[in-house]
Amino acid sequence: MLLIRCPYCEMDRPELEFRYGGEAHVARPPDPMATTDEEWAEYLYFRSNPRGLHAERWRHIHGCGRFFNCIRDTVSDRITLTYKAGEARPTLDKGAA
Amino acid sequence: MKFSALSVFMQGLKGNRDWPAQWRMPEPKASYDAIIVGAGGHGLATAYYMAKEHGLRNIAVLEKGWLGGGNTGRNTTIVRSNYLWEESEGIYEHAMKLWEGLSHELNYNVMYSPRGVMMLAHNLHDVQVFKRHVHANRLAGIDNEWLSAEQAKEFCPLLNIERNIRHPVIGASLQRRGGTARHDAVAWGYARGADRLGVDIIQNCEVTGIRRDASGAISGVETAKGFIATRRIGVVAAGHTSVIMAMAGVRMPLESYPLQALVSEPVKPMMSCVVMSNTVHAYMSQSDKGELVIGAGTDAYTSYSQTGGLHIATHTLDAICELFPAVRRLRMLRNWGGIVDVTPDRSPIIGKTPVPGLFVNCGWGTGGFKATPGSGHVFADLVARGEPNAIAAPFTMDRFRTGRLIDEAAAAAVAH
Amino acid sequence: MSEPFRIAGTKGRPMRFVFDGIAYQGRAGDTLASALLANGVHLVGRSYKYHRPRGILSAGAEEPNALVAVTRGPGRMTPNLRATQVELFDGLTASSQNCWPSLAFDAGAINDLAGKFFSAGFYYKTFMGPKAAGSALWTKVFEPIVRQAAGLGARTTEPDPDRYAQFHAHCDVLICGAGPAGIAAALAAGQSGKDVILCDEQAELGGSLLHEATAGIDGKPARDWLAGALAELRSFANVRLMPRTQAFGYYAQNFVALSERVADHLPEMPEGARERLWQVRAKEVVIATGAIERPLVFPGNDRPGVMLAEAARLYLNRHGVKVGSRVVIVTAHDSAYRVALDLAAAGTTVAAIVDTRANPPAARLEEARNAGLRVVTSGTVIGTRGRLRVSSVGIAVVTGGVVGQPEWLACDAVLMSGGWTPSVHLYSQSRGKVVWSEDRQMFLPGVSVQAERSAGACKGTFALSEILKEGYRAGEEASGTARHRDFSVSGDSGTEGGMMGRLPRPAGGKGKAFVDFQNDVKADDIDLAVQEGMRSIEHVKRYTTTGMATDQGKTSNLNALAVAADRLGKSIPQVGLTTFRQPYTPVTFGAFAGANRGDLFDPVRQTPIHSWAAENGAAFEDVGIWKRAWYFPRAGEDMHKAVLRECRQARATAGIFDASTLGKIEVVGPDAAAFMEKLYTNPWAKLEPGRCRYGLMLNEAGFVIDDGVIARMADDRFHVTTTTGGAPRVLHHMEDYLQTEFPELKVWLTSTTEQWAVIAVQGPKAREIIAPLVNGIDLSKDAMPHMSIREGMVCGVPARVMRVSFTGEPGFEINVPADYGRSVWEAVWAEGRKFDAVAYGTEAMHVMRAEKGYIIIGQETDGTVTPDDLGLNWAIGKAKKDFVGKRSLIRPDMVVEGRKQLVGLLTENPATVLEEGAQITAGATPATGTRALGHVTSSYESPALGRSIALALVADGRKRMGETLYVPMPGGAIAVKIVAPVFVDPKGDRINE
Repeated sequence: MLLIRCPYCEMDRPELEFRYGGEAHVARPPDPMATTDEEWAEYLYFRSNPRGLHAERWRHIHGCGRFFNCIRDTVSDRITLTYKAGEARPTLDKGAA
Repeated sequence: MKFSALSVFMQGLKGNRDWPAQWRMPEPKASYDAIIVGAGGHGLATAYYMAKEHGLRNIAVLEKGWLGGGNTGRNTTIVRSNYLWEESEGIYEHAMKLWEGLSHELNYNVMYSPRGVMMLAHNLHDVQVFKRHVHANRLAGIDNEWLSAEQAKEFCPLLNIERNIRHPVIGASLQRRGGTARHDAVAWGYARGADRLGVDIIQNCEVTGIRRDASGAISGVETAKGFIATRRIGVVAAGHTSVIMAMAGVRMPLESYPLQALVSEPVKPMMSCVVMSNTVHAYMSQSDKGELVIGAGTDAYTSYSQTGGLHIATHTLDAICELFPAVRRLRMLRNWGGIVDVTPDRSPIIGKTPVPGLFVNCGWGTGGFKATPGSGHVFADLVARGEPNAIAAPFTMDRFRTGRLIDEAAAAAVAH
Repeated sequence: MSEPFRIAGTKGRPMRFVFDGIAYQGRAGDTLASALLANGVHLVGRSYKYHRPRGILSAGAEEPNALVAVTRGPGRMTPNLRATQVELFDGLTASSQNCWPSLAFDAGAINDLAGKFFSAGFYYKTFMGPKAAGSALWTKVFEPIVRQAAGLGARTTEPDPDRYAQFHAHCDVLICGAGPAGIAAALAAGQSGKDVILCDEQAELGGSLLHEATAGIDGKPARDWLAGALAELRSFANVRLMPRTQAFGYYAQNFVALSERVADHLPEMPEGARERLWQVRAKEVVIATGAIERPLVFPGNDRPGVMLAEAARLYLNRHGVKVGSRVVIVTAHDSAYRVALDLAAAGTTVAAIVDTRANPPAARLEEARNAGLRVVTSGTVIGTRGRLRVSSVGIAVVTGGVVGQPEWLACDAVLMSGGWTPSVHLYSQSRGKVVWSEDRQMFLPGVSVQAERSAGACKGTFALSEILKEGYRAGEEASGTARHRDFSVSGDSGTEGGMMGRLPRPAGGKGKAFVDFQNDVKADDIDLAVQEGMRSIEHVKRYTTTGMATDQGKTSNLNALAVAADRLGKSIPQVGLTTFRQPYTPVTFGAFAGANRGDLFDPVRQTPIHSWAAENGAAFEDVGIWKRAWYFPRAGEDMHKAVLRECRQARATAGIFDASTLGKIEVVGPDAAAFMEKLYTNPWAKLEPGRCRYGLMLNEAGFVIDDGVIARMADDRFHVTTTTGGAPRVLHHMEDYLQTEFPELKVWLTSTTEQWAVIAVQGPKAREIIAPLVNGIDLSKDAMPHMSIREGMVCGVPARVMRVSFTGEPGFEINVPADYGRSVWEAVWAEGRKFDAVAYGTEAMHVMRAEKGYIIIGQETDGTVTPDDLGLNWAIGKAKKDFVGKRSLIRPDMVVEGRKQLVGLLTENPATVLEEGAQITAGATPATGTRALGHVTSSYESPALGRSIALALVADGRKRMGETLYVPMPGGAIAVKIVAPVFVDPKGDRINE
């Protein structure tokens, strides 16, 4: 069970308090009706699914209820950091993580 | 050497000295007519049928580890075809028909055991959903029948059908032709068959890059054993598909999740069928060796770790102990995980890609093992001919653009 | 009950126990294994495949052979327990496994004679039968035989009455293993004041120190030193000592799972749990799990009486039990010399020490010589004899690779040691990569990937003085202290030697040399697997099943690797090492389930009115985790009759329905309407306060996921209702968009599902029924039309009263604070009785809504259905630029011809009620494989129409009005006419009354 730091509560809490929310920084097109079918499908369904560092969303659903983002290594499951929704994705040196 | 009772007897007398290697350990050639990436059950089956039915002998299967070492050897070996949508019925029933003759086809006992797969209904919504499956399957000529709770108990005496439990069993659907098979034997049988037809199965040969020519078409693969030229690549890499496809610059509608399974210590026969419950999230069968083989849904978050969380196994065993109170005192012997690639509609992708010469077969999620022969058969056809046949056609990647999803998960939608 | 092999003067209270029906005596502190050995019983079980007689190999968790079933009353039979781990108690009853009719004469042993035909993987090559028979021969004939023959332990048949508990703990330092390294680590960490947990699988802490009779520590005999160290540890308030507790799984982020045996060693089951599952989050972990002695691979190495050498020393020094009276020791490692010396000192005849090495250390030879023991160097074993117990062993000297003439030594035990395998399991589970040490010939822990370190024998450190030092240092490091403590050790014995794989054998040598005892895997089987192309240890393991038995290869993995590597001419790491999976030793299912059983398996949600329904005879249905009143049968009524009565009466006068399970969300804020515009298909901006609207929610893919009546309470406030099962999902979906896509909107969302009890009163008399109870609301038709909401008082309680209908009748839904739910319900009920109103349940609700053509999410929809499919395009705000799901609705296949559309069905025979889920076809006798045009989504006998009705999704359904289609059933097709999906009051005259 992962131990996840909620950046709002500023506490490490067990995974059971959270709900996973898929890849982060997949922005909804500002004007969906202006997108092509391909662009819309890309937004809806296509994901980077990397082996390694992954920016992903979690919600502290059984805590403060807030969505936040998390950088986790999908091979080791190690969490590098968590940050608030709306904050830019931090640039990470892969080696350092 | 043909496998038979006679050959086992004769070799036994001779101290088993003459059994040949079941497959060669070839070094890669400079080029192949086609390359399959991934020597799991699906990839090996693809190569086998390409060689057998399409006469393609100058082909190779590349595997980063050992053949059959991924999900093929990590699943809970369930075989069934009682899916809801016509498209799914098509591919899974195609696989089922191949399962029925597979031991003879491969001259390898894959121990396909149609012992019956029973899916439990615990509420009225389950009943509606499963009955819909029964009717749809009957129209498609796929066996699936409805059982009362008492009939379910008769079919699986170990099952608890008391009415006063938290999620009582109120009925079940049963596919009698469903069952189990021996997972390793499937990979080995296809490997031996493909090898005998001249296919090079190259293990410990990780693909590190995909090369494209000026027109953008496939020209070969970079591997741990050097560059290998080819104009056609079929990627069958399950949980690692996104990583391989990224090498060709193709993004996929996939996410990879750990899927855990566990077994008990072996005991004398307790149950002779497969029982699944979506509502309490668990399924169980008993292997020929005597181990209770148990699984559940995927872990909650994407991962390539092949471990998964303890709480998933814990929750699965909660459910198993409720359905089968007599197993509570047995012990968990092994717990492991595989990495399954999951599509947005929980149905596979079998199709061409935007890159000429690059084909992909992925997204089987939790349903991969049961589809192995059918998946390999239709994918062989696709890679060999360049166009999908009728069974494979609905599983194009384009469905995510057009909206023609094949949503088996939605079909089992949660109760209102 | 003389315990012939117990050393005179051994302490311990005598205890009686029964094995295979024979009563024996043992002592307090015994394991079942030591007690059996004290009675000279070596034959304990039969092997898996060949049913060969098997004895006790080891003295610990690695035991592959001595598996027993322990029975202690109904539901309390536990199979597959290792006799080496079963603690003796007075009255223990155990039995052997996998034999028939008896352990001494087992009919299955015929397999042993035919063994040459049961080579590795033979079952893949045969049992297929003629092609024409398909899989029948396997399924009907061979598989049942295989299944019955396999399966080691007896099956359990009754529910286990015992309880299991689960605990969570956090600590600074978790030390796994309480041998010398772990004890030393705990001494260091304990002094630091940090929270420390020290766990060990055995009943007593101390590991190898418990049977160390030679060495001394700090000037004291090792066992005395241990007693002092344990006393010191007990004096630390910050140290928790946990005997009988196995660390079995090491998960991400230093999360370690422990299994604690609480009751199995007690003669009576106590109150409370039999076992506890601990989930420990440790800041730092010390792995001190020791090492396991390796068997040697020679023909007949599985015969009862052939044991691991150190096990014999343990039985002697800890339990006062001699494993034999005349033993032969075969070793590749120094450690067996101390076994020989201790046994000889205790009066056992040591016929010879056969050392596989040409030049054992001089000190060892001298020790043996001083004790008068014969040592054979460059030795090997060519076989053993004896039926149910070893009676002699054939040894030979190897010269220049050639095995000399055998010499048969009479003996009743053969004690073997191939050296020691560090237990790197937990390290490997922590996702560390083990590293092969070429000079030491062992896999050792590599770089730590989590906050852990290994110490002692599990790290390949075997000298006691070094183990203590390393353990202490690990404890210091883990607790962040540096106190330094020296340990002076005397009498430490040698740590050199070790081998893997087969002992040298004569040319053409025969006999079964086992690698994996429990699964009956011979060295020849591994050779065969390699010969057949299995080149990685994963393939070898799966093909031969070596290492896959209940001991998980603890004694066999390295030997199997070595045999395979030898055959392949490769080094061991080239062949690979299988990864170690949790659990280290098997863990009871019940412990994982813990208290999550029975009613606690899943929470039950009940409405505030549930108790009234129960008192009034309601039958309940499970909807998610809710219990909902399904129907209210009266005396003599079945469900069918009750539902017909409820429906008829509701439409005749009124029915009262508990709708409290509906999800309710309060959407509040200056941008509430703007938010609703985004989340629902409908327009909301112009909805006036006090009015309601049917809302339709899509996911981003354009499919209907929820619906419900939504009331605007004020400009900045909506009272949203959702489906019963959808409430959490809808709130999560809303929060997701609010927080991450539209964070600029000033809106707050609050779940109020459990704050409001909802009482629906439906029917022509609804208004009259509630009027006497309502204050401050004008209920008249004009003042409060259909789809409106008012706030006021009901029964003196503040309430939101909605004029809504899910039946087609005029109706009201009274929302009152949940605490008043039952009392208001009873007041409504009392008024309702004046009009013969009924209480109705979900089934009648379903029938009435279907009569009116209202959909149920999850019944008419399945996640693939669009608003247009349902004929709900009217619910889409055409002028809206965007809402969730809008873009997807114009994807090519969402607007294509032939989509399935909601229609009504009327069967030709009005008495025929279709089955929900039944398929619909154009022809009456569709060929197999015909694509269905659609399916029946809802089907009922309609009291209002006096005939059956159904709803269905049918391809191009709206174009097919009046067409006759067919529902093929096993008994023949049922003709149905396509009609509009509204059967009752299509113009809505009644509802607006």
